[in-house]
Amino acid sequence: MRQRGPSPAPAPAPADPERAASVRSIAEELSGVRGPLLPILHEVVETHGFVHDDDVPVIAEVLNLSRADVLGVVSFYHDFRRTPPAAHRVALCRAEACQARGAEATYASAADRWAGSTEVEVGEVFCLGNCALGPSGTLDGTLHARLTPDRLDALTEEWAR
Amino acid sequence: MSPVVWVPCDAAARSVGADAVADAFAAAGVTVRRNGSRGMLWLEPMVEVETERGRVGYANVEPSEVDALLAGALDGTDRCLGVVDEHPWLTRQHRVSFARVGVTEPTDIAAYRAHGGLAGLERALTLTGEQVVAEVTESGLRGRGGAGFPAGIKWDTVRKAAADLKFVCCNADEGDSGTFADRMLIEGDPFTLIEGMTIAAVAVGATEGFVYLRSEYPHAIRTLRRAIDIAYAHGVLGGSVLGSGHRFDLDVRVGAGAYICGEETSMLDSLEGKRGEVRAKPPIPALQGLFGQPTVVNNVLTLSAVPMVLADGGAAYAALGTGKSRGTQVFQLGGNVARGGVVEADFGISLRELVEEYGGGTASGRPVKAVQVGGPLGAYLPPAKFDLPMDYEAFAAADAMVGHGGIVVFDDSMDAGAMARFAMEFCAKESCGKCTPCRVGSTRGVEVIDRIRAGTQREANLVLLDDLCTTMTKGSLCAMGGLTPMPVRSALEHFPEDFGVAPATADAVTDDMPESATSTDGGARP
Ligand SMILES: Cc1cc2nc3c(=O)[nH]c(=O)nc-3n(C[C@H](O)[C@H](O)[C@H](O)COP(=O)(O)O)c2cc1C
Ligand code: SF4
Ligand code: FES
Repeated sequence: MRQRGPSPAPAPAPADPERAASVRSIAEELSGVRGPLLPILHEVVETHGFVHDDDVPVIAEVLNLSRADVLGVVSFYHDFRRTPPAAHRVALCRAEACQARGAEATYASAADRWAGSTEVEVGEVFCLGNCALGPSGTLDGTLHARLTPDRLDALTEEWAR
Repeated sequence: MSPVVWVPCDAAARSVGADAVADAFAAAGVTVRRNGSRGMLWLEPMVEVETERGRVGYANVEPSEVDALLAGALDGTDRCLGVVDEHPWLTRQHRVSFARVGVTEPTDIAAYRAHGGLAGLERALTLTGEQVVAEVTESGLRGRGGAGFPAGIKWDTVRKAAADLKFVCCNADEGDSGTFADRMLIEGDPFTLIEGMTIAAVAVGATEGFVYLRSEYPHAIRTLRRAIDIAYAHGVLGGSVLGSGHRFDLDVRVGAGAYICGEETSMLDSLEGKRGEVRAKPPIPALQGLFGQPTVVNNVLTLSAVPMVLADGGAAYAALGTGKSRGTQVFQLGGNVARGGVVEADFGISLRELVEEYGGGTASGRPVKAVQVGGPLGAYLPPAKFDLPMDYEAFAAADAMVGHGGIVVFDDSMDAGAMARFAMEFCAKESCGKCTPCRVGSTRGVEVIDRIRAGTQREANLVLLDDLCTTMTKGSLCAMGGLTPMPVRSALEHFPEDFGVAPATADAVTDDMPESATSTDGGARP
């Protein structure tokens, strides 16, 4: 899921040797498939939450690529986030079909409610394939429909402000 | 005997609580089966109860209502839809590619066969590759991903190319706002896509295939992976397709949140593990595609039409539709629409029938102001244009495009100037950055539209916007930059007042819409 806009998380601490070993084993395991770099990066994000700068040389070495090649790919795609995710993630669709049903109001309300929060990050996405029931969005990865500002508030009542 | 209840597992149904409804039925002790969605999305979660008459539907079911529903308390109310197969919204449609979606359990291969599945592949295996391609050519099937290129011609190019290794790649990136048919087909009837890809592979001599599926569709990814495993277990995929001796291996690759990766050459680079930058053509992917090998690239719906073409013959498919747009198209009604969902109909159906009769107008109850057809790069059309038939050529002639069949409805609160600005902004965000007209032009476009709307040197800036649109149209490598002017110019042409412009002035900008803006897609050639 792409998360755009400023990440509330602080810069990541240096990766530990344990993580390096894990990333290496992910890369080695997938290195045999055709075009392995995207599957590897997806798996790293799945397992560790984000791609750490220190993961890049490890992956580059396993695939026999330059660090710049790997970094170029990481930075091209929205999914390969480079900072740890917040405890809760809101991703709201801002594409046309959801705009037609009031997505901008929902986005503005969420951005305002969680401005500066380190617990909740608000990102934008462009179409979740739920365009007949918008505004759509995901809350901690789960798809929701008809997300008016009120409904978003109700669904996230328990989250810290 | 405990009743059998069907609760959709489609992502749209889940987004309005279908999983909790399924759990509630299970807790009540009934047998729950999960189908795809029938595509009447405004009725989701739509539950179906098996009866002697057929499957009876109930609209917008809440978990708390399960006991009442089972006791018959909803019967006779407007929440009870009667026998779903007799519902007028469905019986009016012509479901070919979507025939099984919502009817069967998505990964039940026995049900797939029982409902006509694998007949196309079985027939294809009795024909030569040349004969299979000839059927597809005769069917008139054109690419459903946006550009409408004839599938048979593309396949024949790949078939004739001499190479040790060829690929079939399915474009399931479905990034266009207002489109969700690829997703619903994959979640609701994945074997149709697998069968279509396998037929393509057999026809052109390909041994490996990939489905490039966007990461925004986690349910579709899971369902397709499961279906592929089952297809292997049943010998549909693998070393000898249905015992024919043809090898075909199929894998799912997940996109990573880049709209441009729906453009076919960018998708191929992404599959190779690179940045998704658009390649210059030639060489065409049919000759030098994935890893430089001859490659069929087709949209989900193109490939999903193929099993029927082979099962019933190309002529049967070609008998449907109008002009050079043959067969059916899966239209998707989204945005501010009362009855949103999937309408599969023969080409030639009017926009009015789709928006007003199927869609029932806006969800808000206010008048329809415009629709955008064909995704973010498609034109905005006012109700005055609603008699347009859905037909590639008729749309091109009206400076619009059918695209992937998505129709997004807006009510009268829509600000067309803001939507034009958004089109430029989206292009700036999603541009792959390879060429200047797109990368820089779109950012300039946002600024120029802002100035027009603010009334700052409006006349001069309208001329500038016109120049900019022409430069983007003519100078972009692919349709991202090349077609972004389409929503911008159509918004200005039909709704000049939203730019603070009197109608006569707007004409100057929109009159000379170049031919290339509407008739081609940079990502379109085979
Ligand atoms: C910016 C851009 C985005 C595109 N997105 C998609 C997409 O999401 N899915 C798709 O099938 N085709 C998409 N296309 C069209 C593809 O380039 C290509 O024409 C298509 O995959 C070919 O398959 P078809 O002939 O079956 O339509 C896109 C094109 C452009 C220029
Ligand atoms: S038009 Fe835009 S997206 Fe297409 S190649 Fe050029 S920069 Fe990339
Ligand atoms: S436009 Fe928001 S889900 Fe498709």
